[in-house]
Amino acid sequence: MPDGAMTKTAQVGTAMLEIADLHGFYGESHVLHGVSLEVRQGEVVTLLGRNGAGKTSTMRAIMGIMGKRTGSIRFQGTELIGMAQHKIPRLGIGYVPEERGIFSSLSVDENLTLPPVVKEGGMTVPQIHDLFPNLKGRGSTQGTRLSGGEQQMLAIARILRTGATLILLDEPTEGLAPVIIEQIGVAVRALKQRGFTIVLVEQNFRFAATIADRHYVMEEGHVVDMIPNDQLEANMDKLHTYLGV
Amino acid sequence: MFQLLGIPPQALFGQLLLGLINGSFYALLSLGLAVIFGMLNVINFAHGALYMVGAFVAWLLLTSVGVGYWGALVLAPLTVGLLGIVLEKTMLSRLYKLDHLYGLLLTFGLALILEGAFRHQYGVSGQPYPIPDALKGGQNLGFMFLPNYRAWVVIASLTICFGTWFAIERTKLGAYLRAATENPTLVQAFGINVPVMVSLTYGFGVALAGLAGVLAAPIYQVSPLMGSNLIIVVFAVVVIGGMGSILGAIVTGLGLGLLEGLTKIFYPEASNIVVFVIMAIVLLIKPAGLFGRER
Repeated sequence: MPDGAMTKTAQVGTAMLEIADLHGFYGESHVLHGVSLEVRQGEVVTLLGRNGAGKTSTMRAIMGIMGKRTGSIRFQGTELIGMAQHKIPRLGIGYVPEERGIFSSLSVDENLTLPPVVKEGGMTVPQIHDLFPNLKGRGSTQGTRLSGGEQQMLAIARILRTGATLILLDEPTEGLAPVIIEQIGVAVRALKQRGFTIVLVEQNFRFAATIADRHYVMEEGHVVDMIPNDQLEANMDKLHTYLGV
Repeated sequence: MFQLLGIPPQALFGQLLLGLINGSFYALLSLGLAVIFGMLNVINFAHGALYMVGAFVAWLLLTSVGVGYWGALVLAPLTVGLLGIVLEKTMLSRLYKLDHLYGLLLTFGLALILEGAFRHQYGVSGQPYPIPDALKGGQNLGFMFLPNYRAWVVIASLTICFGTWFAIERTKLGAYLRAATENPTLVQAFGINVPVMVSLTYGFGVALAGLAGVLAAPIYQVSPLMGSNLIIVVFAVVVIGGMGSILGAIVTGLGLGLLEGLTKIFYPEASNIVVFVIMAIVLLIKPAGLFGRER
């Protein structure tokens, strides 16, 4: 076995998202320093790394929520840098932000149906309720009255309706109880089986290991390593060093 | 003739009606301010001036083109709304990244320019605007005489206020507006063109002011200063109701209008300051306003 870095396994499909030499800035501060990575159709890929390594910034850069970006972000061959911010999700990219972003002035149903449908083939509300039974019968509840785990489910659920094929999940397990994390894990695996392509930011790589095909490790605003999931055990020491755990 | 607390009923109901009319205008204007503040975080000081522009558009339509009241009721808000969208696109939108104070200063300057320009052109004396034929006359209710036009103003503004409330709180479009008020970045990340929404919201908010101007024209006459007389009270209404609260703006507007009317009967000397006294008390007890949420 080679040491794993940069070997390509799990070639599920063609490249869906290609990021090359991405630099990103918030105002004066330079937060992404040449990120390069690739996500293939149907893959679940995680971004691992310490706080401040640039994982969330990479996601925000993909969505265009960043002051200035240089380099290249291609989604199914279309360049996203320079594209109007509201057009990016319309290509079929769904974003579940770290803070979940459930709207307190909207009911659960209004939160669920807020993101416009951008493509055919999205999940229906009954299908979503099957995936997240906790959301059933809660439609008129104020969005932020749900528990943290339910808010996370709602944040994922509302993207599934839109027909987005690439989903960016930012720390879906943060601050949740183990039993809820398990439920989220079941849901993410179900999504993978449905053919969604998923980019996942995780601090909890034990959780990541149960669902991901490959892991990109980020440090100081760029990707330093790529570890296929089946070589995760063999690379555990290295990973511990990267993550400082 | 019976008396109520020593007040003849004609005087009591007359003042209450006057209060209700004033309250209708407070509600319409503070509603527009609330919608704008919620979405843009801009305290729109040009609101009173745009209300005045609405009244002048109605007057100009009548005197130079011959378009009457009912046409003006549609055309004047449209004109003011379009003017608002142009102002937002060309000027206000450049200030969102700066402190809120800049938006306030810009709109204050715009108000001065608009009022100055109309004053230069038409002088300070009011231009009369006739009540439309269909609404002339009135009803004798037994205890008081109710002019038809005033009844129409109350009904029209209540309908518009609650229609707007319904549209914002109960429809899909309103859900976008509420969501974008809370977290515009995320709504944009769902594929909605938030800058366009912001322009349209500003246009809609000031169109309400323009509409209030048309409704006011037959009652208060059309004068360049009609807005600045009203707007200070309206700002107090918004503060009392809670910045950005839709229902708060409507309920507080009507309530304070009535309260002003009552004060005129029982203690006329205080009628001009009662709103501000209440504002001070509300700010002491509940700084976010009666219907406001703490931010």
